[in-house]
Amino acid sequence: MNDRLAITLNVNGQSYPVTVEPRKSLADALREDCGLTGTHLGCEHGVCGACTVIVDGRPVRSCLMFAVQAEGLAVCTVEGLAEGEALHPLQRHFWEQHGLQCGFCTPGFLMLAAGAFEADPTIDEAEMIDVLSSNLCRCTGYQNIAKAVSLALQDMRAGV
Amino acid sequence: MKPAAFDYHRPTDVVAALALLDAHGADGKVLAGGQSLVAAMNFRLARPGVLIDVNRIAELDYLRVEGGHLRVGALTRHAAFHRPVVDGPLGTLLSRVVEHVAHYPIRQRGTFAGSLAHADPASEWCLTATVLDAEISVRSLRGARSIPASAFFKGTFTTALEPDELITEIRLPLLDAGWRGGFSEFSRRAGDFALAMALAVLRVESGVIRAARLGIGGVADRAIRLHAVEAALVGREATESIFRAAGAEASRAVEPSADIHASSEYRRDLIAAMVARALAEAAA
Ligand SMILES: Cc1cc2nc3c(=O)[nH]c(=O)nc-3n(C[C@H](O)[C@H](O)[C@H](O)COP(=O)(O)OP(=O)(O)OC[C@H]3O[C@@H](n4cnc5c(N)ncnc54)[C@H](O)[C@@H]3O)c2cc1C
Ligand code: FES
Ligand code: FES
Repeated sequence: MNDRLAITLNVNGQSYPVTVEPRKSLADALREDCGLTGTHLGCEHGVCGACTVIVDGRPVRSCLMFAVQAEGLAVCTVEGLAEGEALHPLQRHFWEQHGLQCGFCTPGFLMLAAGAFEADPTIDEAEMIDVLSSNLCRCTGYQNIAKAVSLALQDMRAGV
Repeated sequence: MKPAAFDYHRPTDVVAALALLDAHGADGKVLAGGQSLVAAMNFRLARPGVLIDVNRIAELDYLRVEGGHLRVGALTRHAAFHRPVVDGPLGTLLSRVVEHVAHYPIRQRGTFAGSLAHADPASEWCLTATVLDAEISVRSLRGARSIPASAFFKGTFTTALEPDELITEIRLPLLDAGWRGGFSEFSRRAGDFALAMALAVLRVESGVIRAARLGIGGVADRAIRLHAVEAALVGREATESIFRAAGAEASRAVEPSADIHASSEYRRDLIAAMVARALAEAAA
């Protein structure tokens, strides 16, 4: 029981060979074994969304998935969002619209919105607002987050 | 938080999964979307010794119309229903209901079959299965059987499934163009579990109700089919006052549960409102 398993995680297009217990969550493996601490953990039972990452093109809660389950799948975290120094439209608009205060929830919101757009590039604004209701922010309030995502959605559609 | 240690298996076909379930008995648990099980494991409310991950069993991942039924393979995620999966009232109704099942990222992983196996009293899919007379196909090394929804749910988190059984498919009867569905749910925040909900399907001709199916969820240890209220609706005119009367009758038909989220009295009022709204939507 409890043997550690050697697996390779594919995160942001890079291979990370890691050895993990089956019970290790994807979130913990990303933070502790891959050194990617941009993914945050709040509640660890699916409610807050701070841990949201994209797996095979869909936003998911990485606290409710075991690292071993991600073997062979493409994982994308907040570290993979910007292209070099060029911020992703979501990041740019969060910055410009003050879509964050303490920033704890921000990686989750960014990956949630990026993942929802990746899953369905035709998603409209009302659907996106409903998607945003999946995650919790305890300090900014949701107005600026919604504003930032709406503006980013226009840019993402236009491909800028 | 860390779940207790477990052995992990990832079979790629149903027979291998059944062999694992057979070998590990009550200590073995199926891991589907993990959106209920892993949360419970993180809290150590569940501590299975062996997890049998069915996510790579391609033969369970399908959704098709056949023989008058929508056949939902056990790996079908909630998100598959975001857009109507079949023409006609059934596809529309399912896409209406799925908006209320948890949140978007949870719907990307959670499965229809996992919801039925988990049997949360406030599960939208358990209510849907109950009202639409779903059939649940299960398999074990001992053989296969099909369980009607009416015999599947036994209480809170309790079903007719044996420890060595795997749900392989759920069959929902198609609704022809004469039917219309309606759904209404009350929860405190978007994506929360329902404090009360109602699902109705009606066949209305020239303003008169010819057939009705109605159920409520989130108010007792399982979804409840309201056969007596259904019978009382047939032959009546599809009007607001009839729907309100049906809501009042529904609220008297059960002794609603009480918890930290809502008292029994409050749930009783919610039932009346949810039933009236679901019926009105089905008749619109
Ligand atoms: C924050 C949050 C909010 C939620 N809100 C809602 C809500 O509003 N409404 C709602 O209905 N649900 C809600 N859920 C639960 C969610 O819908 C789950 O996806 C669902 O209850 C279980 O499906 P799963 O595939 O994730 O199953 P798992 O979590 O993998 O498994 C659940 C149980 O079912 C068993 N099981 C799974 N598949 C099979 C199978 N094929 N054969 C036999 N046994 C099986 C498992 O062994 C386990 O005991 C919520 C979850 C979270 C985290
Ligand atoms: S940490 Fe995963 S949802 Fe809260
Ligand atoms: S910015 Fe602080 S929790 Fe959202």
